[in-house]
Amino acid sequence: MEGVGSACLAVALLTALYAVAASIYGGRTRRRAWISSGRRAMYCVAALSVTAFALLESAFLRSDFSYALVAEGSSRDTPTFYKVTAVWATQDGSLLLWVTLLSIFSTTVLFLTRRSLRDITPWATAVLGCIAAFFLLLMVGWENPFDTLAVPPPDGAGLNPLLRHPAMMIHPPMLYTGYVGFSIPFAFAIGALIARRTGADWIRATRRFALIAWTFLGTGIMLGALWSYTELGWGGYWAWDPVENASVMPWLVGTAFLHSIMVQEKRGMLKVWNVSLICATFTLALMGTFLVRSGILESIHAFGASTIGVQFLVFIGLVIAVSAGLIIARLPYLRSEARLDSLLSREAFFLLNNLVLVGLCLVILWGTFFPLISEAITGTEASVGPPWFNRLVTPLALVLVLLTAIGPMLAWRRFSPSSLRRILTVPLAVVAVVLVVLLALTNAADSPPSLAMFCLVAFVLAAVGQELWRGTVARRTVSGESWPRALARLTGRNRRRYGGFLVHAGIAVLFLGVAASSAFLDQRDVRLSPGESFEVNGYDVTYREATAKLGGDSAGTGAPISFGAVLDVRKNGKHFVLRPSRNYYASSDPSLGTISRFFEGEATSEVDVRWGLTRDFWLAVRPDIGSLEQPIREADAKFADSPGDVQALIIASLAERYRSDPPPAAFRAIASPLVVWIWIGGGIAVLGALVAAWPSPEARLRRVRSLYSARVGQELSRA
Amino acid sequence: MDPTRKRKLRLVVALSAALLLATALIYTSFSASTEASKPSEIKPGRSYEVTGKVVKGSIRHRGDDLRFRIRDRDGTQSVPVEYTGVVPDPFREGREVIVSGELENGTFVAERDSLVTKCPSKFTKS
Repeated sequence: MEGVGSACLAVALLTALYAVAASIYGGRTRRRAWISSGRRAMYCVAALSVTAFALLESAFLRSDFSYALVAEGSSRDTPTFYKVTAVWATQDGSLLLWVTLLSIFSTTVLFLTRRSLRDITPWATAVLGCIAAFFLLLMVGWENPFDTLAVPPPDGAGLNPLLRHPAMMIHPPMLYTGYVGFSIPFAFAIGALIARRTGADWIRATRRFALIAWTFLGTGIMLGALWSYTELGWGGYWAWDPVENASVMPWLVGTAFLHSIMVQEKRGMLKVWNVSLICATFTLALMGTFLVRSGILESIHAFGASTIGVQFLVFIGLVIAVSAGLIIARLPYLRSEARLDSLLSREAFFLLNNLVLVGLCLVILWGTFFPLISEAITGTEASVGPPWFNRLVTPLALVLVLLTAIGPMLAWRRFSPSSLRRILTVPLAVVAVVLVVLLALTNAADSPPSLAMFCLVAFVLAAVGQELWRGTVARRTVSGESWPRALARLTGRNRRRYGGFLVHAGIAVLFLGVAASSAFLDQRDVRLSPGESFEVNGYDVTYREATAKLGGDSAGTGAPISFGAVLDVRKNGKHFVLRPSRNYYASSDPSLGTISRFFEGEATSEVDVRWGLTRDFWLAVRPDIGSLEQPIREADAKFADSPGDVQALIIASLAERYRSDPPPAAFRAIASPLVVWIWIGGGIAVLGALVAAWPSPEARLRRVRSLYSARVGQELSRA
Repeated sequence: MDPTRKRKLRLVVALSAALLLATALIYTSFSASTEASKPSEIKPGRSYEVTGKVVKGSIRHRGDDLRFRIRDRDGTQSVPVEYTGVVPDPFREGREVIVSGELENGTFVAERDSLVTKCPSKFTKS
């Protein structure tokens, strides 16, 4: 079977190269047959890579350790869910996922545009073929996921325990779908440049793909934050780690792109800016993959000697050179059709929001690559920490949220100061009330940036609420519908606009969570014996007893041993129980003893969180197994050659020993206000993006009509 | 003001603003950055952020205290470390860690909670 997988990839590579050649030839000579052939070749690439992916997936499910990848990333005792998802936890597997997603997306967009944009599509096909060919070449040449082992091991190494978390396993496909999604508008932008068709056609054809990519990338980032919060055992959700930065940079530039294309669609302006933005987004998406895969910056995530770093760098360089060269060569075709009429216009505010978003991205880019920059300039490797990022990003984020409120309310071209009064009065009044309430009733003033953010969030929500209210009232007066029906119809009629409002509200809510939880959290690290208690933020926490579990931890990660604690938490007469624990995974290091390898391997925190709309209570435990060191060493010596069931008994008795007489354990408790709103806000934004991306019934009707009239025209010309 | 002059003025204002911001960015990053030092480079009398590998077999727990030796990434010279506070999940012998503190009487006394572990690889076991 392994031969079939490798063959699939090799044939897919050749097919992709053929697609490039056929499309270029078809595009130059305008021969329809060649263009169709190139397009169909891309369909074949999709079929081949999906087949390869299915083959690899089945090898993981069968635990076929003759594959190097399966032996390295899975094991017999890995739960099925993690077997399925372990495919993309390996480097080669994630490259295969990339190319599979890319070919599916390419097929979809090429199928949808098969009868339109005839000048642009052959070139876009060629670009998509090149990207697919690059990733296939990486696998065929250097990182073949179907590499086999001459002597299959009896069992695999197992999936890295830190990754055994549902959010972490869905996170990479989400990110990749985002990265891959942005390659579609990129390919069409390049196609439009080559074909000199620089109107808004390519934008209309791929806008929805950009929006979907943006949604998936955003969801991926949110899931990564959730994983960090609930699995890593330090209690934060964002640490400005290079890998986090790598995913947020294309998202920021993609956000700018989604806004500025509206200006090109409506006013025919910002053409150079738009193609530059999408090229930058795609480059950053490639860089995101590269940073994770090459380990160039040596963060907590990105490590390991890479075999494909240089190839990636060359490809990224090529993408930048080709994009920049094409944009410069086509400058005469990218002239604006209109001038900026006034600084008081929606397009001016969109431009400002673009500058802020790109500025944010540049700040993060600089901070991420600072170790390399500083080494190049001063010779010593230095890095900037989270405080630096926070200091620079906070003011930009404040401006951004302010623009989120104002931008969508403004008119195109120019607006009058009197209309400004009409739209700003209510939101500003709301802000004033919120400010007074916050100052009078809370200690929000302790953190001026957070206070400012709270006011801006109120501003955004009031502005969005006002728009919805006015629209619904207007519709009701005309149609006499009921309130909910009028609101639903209003949204349905103009999905892009009202979906956008929903996204803005969601992002504001997200920032509410960030501002509250970053400035006002209470954290304590303590060391307790059973029976002792401590207090944090009004919560009385008592360590009731220690727990020890063998096999089948509650989270279903397949850890053999799990030590934990049961704690009673009381606040204001309310009582709840938290059960944080720590999973111990067996090490495969042969230098360890047969018993000690179960205790000396990887260990991960299984945090217990009491989620709350106003405040989370987060608790992690670090059991001290130092007292077991001596008995473990004795057991190693005594039972080294004993059969497995005897060893299991010994481990059980060691665990029981910990449970009945536990030494003091270390606890970290965090009371974090409003943190759950980060994910609620993210959810609202995703919902809004889906509303905006959903095809409206009018558009479908229009498409059917145009197809119908085209058919009639064809029939008539034949008659 | 005639439109062309207005446009030029806008361009100048925008460009100088960008230049100013870029300068601020570069200045703050260089002044706020911390150098990473190797265990063999540290001397008593000032604080360091040390990056290195945890020496095999050197980890000892003593109640709240954690003691281990840290060595150069590509060398054998090592320094004993005395640390209190939260130990990150992936902390293991042989792993790369970053820790801040000061050298006192031949022992690197680390600041509380300053230990950061780098993961050997996001996706594979060490």
